[in-house]
Amino acid sequence: MKIVVCVKEVPDSAAKMAVEDGEVSWGDAPLVLNPWDEYAVESALQISEKHNGDITVITVGKEASNEALKTALAMGCNQAVLISDPSLSEVDSQAIAQILAAAIRKVGDVDLVFFGRQAIDGDMGVTSAQSARILGFPMLSHVSVIKNVDVDSKKISVDRTTEEGRQSVESGFPSVLSVSKDIGEPRYPSFMGIRKASRAQIPVWSLSDLGLETPNSFVKWPDIQVPPAREITTEMIEGDSPQDIAEKLADKIMGEKVL
Amino acid sequence: MSEKILVYIDQFKGKALPTSWEALNAANWLVGQIGGEVLAVTVGEGSQKVAMEAFGFGCTSVFYNDQSDLSDYRAEPYASLVSKVVEEQGCGYLLFPTTTRGRELAAMCSIDLKTGVMPDVTALEMEDGKVLATRPVYAGKLLSKVYCEATPTIITFRARAFTKPEFDGSRSGTPEVVEIAVDDSDNKSKVVGYSEGEVGVSLTDAGVIVSGGRGVSNNPELTPPADLDEKAAEIWRAQEGFKLVKELAAVVNGAVGASRAAVDAGYVPYSHQVGQTGKIVSPDLYIACGISGAIQHLAGMRTSKAIVAINKDPDAPIFKLARFGVVGDLYDILPPLTDALRNRLGK
Repeated sequence: MKIVVCVKEVPDSAAKMAVEDGEVSWGDAPLVLNPWDEYAVESALQISEKHNGDITVITVGKEASNEALKTALAMGCNQAVLISDPSLSEVDSQAIAQILAAAIRKVGDVDLVFFGRQAIDGDMGVTSAQSARILGFPMLSHVSVIKNVDVDSKKISVDRTTEEGRQSVESGFPSVLSVSKDIGEPRYPSFMGIRKASRAQIPVWSLSDLGLETPNSFVKWPDIQVPPAREITTEMIEGDSPQDIAEKLADKIMGEKVL
Repeated sequence: MSEKILVYIDQFKGKALPTSWEALNAANWLVGQIGGEVLAVTVGEGSQKVAMEAFGFGCTSVFYNDQSDLSDYRAEPYASLVSKVVEEQGCGYLLFPTTTRGRELAAMCSIDLKTGVMPDVTALEMEDGKVLATRPVYAGKLLSKVYCEATPTIITFRARAFTKPEFDGSRSGTPEVVEIAVDDSDNKSKVVGYSEGEVGVSLTDAGVIVSGGRGVSNNPELTPPADLDEKAAEIWRAQEGFKLVKELAAVVNGAVGASRAAVDAGYVPYSHQVGQTGKIVSPDLYIACGISGAIQHLAGMRTSKAIVAINKDPDAPIFKLARFGVVGDLYDILPPLTDALRNRLGK
């Protein structure tokens, strides 16, 4: 079976973010595979191992955007593709979805497509559903459990998490899945995996390789800022005993008029 | 031409998710700026009841479909139905609550309607006749102002960013059924059942959150059952600690949160995680118990109105964000604090 995982390279989640001359900077924090995408890779690997699958991991980025792909390869994905084109800057999520959809078509005969639930940089969380819509594949979002994959009948059954609880859904191939954290802990890359990934030649596809013109972007982001610092005076509550502290703290909390 | 603003009311079995009504108030704000009227659409089992309710919240026209082939939520036909209403009514704005369904439908409708989407917006402003939306990015470490050049403008609103509008039962109307053909490709996914989630207050909608961190497992006075191994004993201790967190949450009618450390250690399910890779919350009161305040966690709760921190370590970063801090053991402080608040709240 053929699986595609769409990933993104992002600054590490511990990075201290800043804006300099209107440009976002993350200091010397490393670029990493988007943490949510690790779950997508893990989930794809588990299915692939069980069903003798083949996983292509895809990202859209600058020429040097190989960190996310290398990590996914080191975890065990079979091959990686970087989509990069000089015309791609300031593109919105639906434009990225157009590109990913074209890339998934180019890979061809794909059974399952995996995404993380969102990228921790833009926090958009819409690219998976946009790609599914363009491809015309059913979307299974917020998947917490993959209950069964049947390669012969080309069926998958999953549990999705929604606000009310879990929804059990069956779908056919091809389908798009976005997975959440409770799918299971992502594996660490193995030593052999890291060696293999470091030697991998990652092909670069341009938009013309995908038969695309530069897609239109509709959403613009003219302004980005560090939020104003909050003026907080911290009042430390002390007392002779836990009871004394608790009584004082309870009065202070009531005084905030938030209960 | 009067502007038409369509709001998707997310509902489950006849009960609207609270953020839906907040999105309606964002629509009211837009009407105040640009004029026009607010329409609503809602789909699925029980949606007729919710559609009636939408009139009481001030909508002028409401569309719904509760027919059997749409009774269970599936993104594909629901998005088609919403896109159809936008096109037939000529809506310039399409608004959603940022719920799991709302975000997904907004994404799909953006493709149908050849426009962009601005998800999880916390504020709106007008600039040069354009609607500028504020989006927290990098888990709120930065704020981005965005706008959309295409029509319709599609926005989803974060829970608690807008208040709920007044309900006036004297306003009423007759909702209109919207039909769509549910085609075969939509039928490729099929809902086969539901299981209930944990009963409790939803984190993102909560006005009060009580959260526990690694510190909840550190009570030295507890003796775990002898047959547990080291890891199981730690989890046993943590669950005993979380009982105190839950008791306090129950008294203040709050939701129970947790740090990533507590979730990764297996103390509580992931659905409780607050932070960059969990839920982003913004309650009026956030009580952090045994949470040191990793940047990951702070990113998820820094916009809370009042933060109370209880931690043994006086240098814990959480104190920098706290309105009130207590340096102490949560086992000593939480039981009397729960009692003291119970008395003051007359419970």
